[in-house]
Amino acid sequence: MRRVGIVSAGQTKFTKDDSSIESLLVSSVKPLFDESKDLSQKDIDVVLTSTNSNQKYLANIVSELSGISPRIAHSVESLCNSGTNCIVSAFSYIASGLADVALVVGAEKTDSPGLVLDWDVSRGQYKHPIYWSSLFTSSHMRKYGTTLEDLAYVSAKNHVNGRANPFSYFDRSYSFEDVMASKKLTDNVRLLDCSMPCNGSASILLASEDVANKFKEKPVWITGIGQKSISAGFTKNSDLSSMQSTSIAASDAFSMARCSPREIDVAEVHDAFSICEIMALEDLGLAERGRGAKIVRDLYETGSRKVNPRGGLIGTGHPLGATGIAQTIEAYRQICGESGKRQIDGARTALVHNMSAAATSSTVMVLRS
Amino acid sequence: MNRFEKELKEGNFVCGECPNCKNIVWPPSEYCSACLGGVIWRGASRSGTLIEYSRKNGEWFGMAEFEGKIRILGTIMSDNEPRVGQKLRLEKCGYDEGERFLFNVVGN
Repeated sequence: MRRVGIVSAGQTKFTKDDSSIESLLVSSVKPLFDESKDLSQKDIDVVLTSTNSNQKYLANIVSELSGISPRIAHSVESLCNSGTNCIVSAFSYIASGLADVALVVGAEKTDSPGLVLDWDVSRGQYKHPIYWSSLFTSSHMRKYGTTLEDLAYVSAKNHVNGRANPFSYFDRSYSFEDVMASKKLTDNVRLLDCSMPCNGSASILLASEDVANKFKEKPVWITGIGQKSISAGFTKNSDLSSMQSTSIAASDAFSMARCSPREIDVAEVHDAFSICEIMALEDLGLAERGRGAKIVRDLYETGSRKVNPRGGLIGTGHPLGATGIAQTIEAYRQICGESGKRQIDGARTALVHNMSAAATSSTVMVLRS
Repeated sequence: MNRFEKELKEGNFVCGECPNCKNIVWPPSEYCSACLGGVIWRGASRSGTLIEYSRKNGEWFGMAEFEGKIRILGTIMSDNEPRVGQKLRLEKCGYDEGERFLFNVVGN
């Protein structure tokens, strides 16, 4: 299996501006080409698009609009972790030798049909994601004594981090007090505990070890990948205080990368709701069981950006098909030392965690310099 | 609309059971998720257990389990705070622009 590296990236600011999905997709391809002076359309073998849009043939449309005639072009959809699923598909094409250079483009619109999984009859009338989030929260609170204050620290921290991210949807920060006082959606989920759907686009370029140096002097290597789907229906989660698919995916990713959670310098985790970051830290092995909230509070109080330096989903917005790619771009930039105000000194090993539909599936990647 | 939804529309709570491996198929499907054989539809027990709950706008909702396999989210009709492990009864079910389930607390 050939090594696969990340060699370029492009992003747009997350907004709620009116725009077509096709236009959104292409808008992050442009900055990717802008920063890769040695990249030509002819270099690209594969174009994959990540979105939950109902529009068809998007990878081919993006290719045509970008002047690319790839050998392989198709879309990847997996709700909120479409982005990392798309990257893993591109990785596989390159690692297997079927391709050398793959462009992965993700985008979503605010009114995405991927926001609610209508198929899941077991959710009854409680199909909106706030309900599974609320039940996860109830369970974690009962088992570990997690409090509403603990949840507010997640959101406040990520909003602080998001202020240093020029691509964030938000033009203001929200404090701990703002989160505590925000509108109650359920007894344990407030408005500012939620990530916000928005428009956005993110693109990333992968290349084989044989050609990667043509585009980037020091590529960032994808050294570990773990993916797990336990079900599609929320009610198949056996323990609502943890995310089984994340634990399994993390274990596989660390095994493939031959490293441990202790070696992670920076982590992008899927904070769809505040409780998700606390649970993810525990399931990824970045915190002991029941200690996720304590870690978050320490990060908040010390101003550490180690977890979700980009601002996470809560602090930047959540355009579903672009999210996993934007997370991976942050990990890439951190390792390249290109994160500006958000830079974590000496970051060499990064983790990306992206999940879907109440953690019924998860993707975890380990990136290294 | 599948069989489960059609029955739900009539107020019936049904599940598919595999005649070969006795697997209760959940979520509902025409095929057994264990052996992929055809299922036989039958009425499902309405006696369940509360797995988890929360509240929105003063109304309790939660996840209940039936026959040790079927888990659904529904509204819990109770003035008092429910308790995990509490016995529930599926009092009403229906289909009104989507599935709806109503639970009654029946004991401690």
